[in-house]
Amino acid sequence: MLVEILFYIFGTILVAAALGVIVSRNPVYSALSLVLCFVTSAAIWLLIEAEFLAIVLVLVYVGAVMVLFLFVVMMLDINLDELREGFTRFAWLGAIVTLAVIAEIVGVVWAKGGLGVDVTKGPTDTAADYSNTLALGEVIYTKYAYPFELAAMVLLVAIVAAIALTMRKRPGHKVQDISKQVGVRAADRMRIVKMDAEKRS
Amino acid sequence: MITLGQLLTLSGILFSLSVAGIFLNRKNVILLLMCIELLLLAANFNFIAFSRYLGDIHGQVFVFFVLTVAAAESAIGLAILVVLFRERRSINVEDLNTLRG
Repeated sequence: MLVEILFYIFGTILVAAALGVIVSRNPVYSALSLVLCFVTSAAIWLLIEAEFLAIVLVLVYVGAVMVLFLFVVMMLDINLDELREGFTRFAWLGAIVTLAVIAEIVGVVWAKGGLGVDVTKGPTDTAADYSNTLALGEVIYTKYAYPFELAAMVLLVAIVAAIALTMRKRPGHKVQDISKQVGVRAADRMRIVKMDAEKRS
Repeated sequence: MITLGQLLTLSGILFSLSVAGIFLNRKNVILLLMCIELLLLAANFNFIAFSRYLGDIHGQVFVFFVLTVAAAESAIGLAILVVLFRERRSINVEDLNTLRG
């Protein structure tokens, strides 16, 4: 019963935060609402015993991705009025589409035999010493070892791509060229002139 | 006791809210990226719910990979956004008409 009450509380917060993401005037508030969304989702994932992914969601999304979002939002100087133009003009269309999609999904989920599984039953109880992280690790490092390494490569490529895209050379910007400094020889810098000594006049 | 239907309904509401967000904020690239993140979160909800209620751990492995790819996607998306803003001084989708598509 307690779990169910908690689920309803977190669900309400989640939907409210999602609304905050899409309607707030300022992109900074949107990003902060998205942080709230992720934290609340992590709490709900904890309730249904997906502990590892809940922690990963908080670490990766709240810790890294959303900080990146906030950084970009604050770095760019955006003219908000121009971007908000037409917001109310299409609000009714958005509302209609939202309500239609919600009605369809709820209809399919709760219809008798709609999904082919019993949606009103709770989860099966796990053993007392069940570890979600252990169970995931046993599969990831054996059956999914190759996809796991591919995922690491995807992340590496993303890092390289992001740095390569945003790096730029500004004109008039003075930097050291280390390889040139190291590769310099005495002969390039200094000319030794041989000449006879001159008499003092 | 949380039932499967409740979880699926919640993820459905989250999904349709983010679709509405794409409708409403279709000029602002940053908000479009945020709405895509929200969409992926709703999809992950379904994966985890089914994985838990059908007793199959492979759904959670898939969520793990979706999280990885989504993080890479948002990093590259934001990098493109920064380059775009440097070129155009604007992140309005309507200003992106170089390809005349």
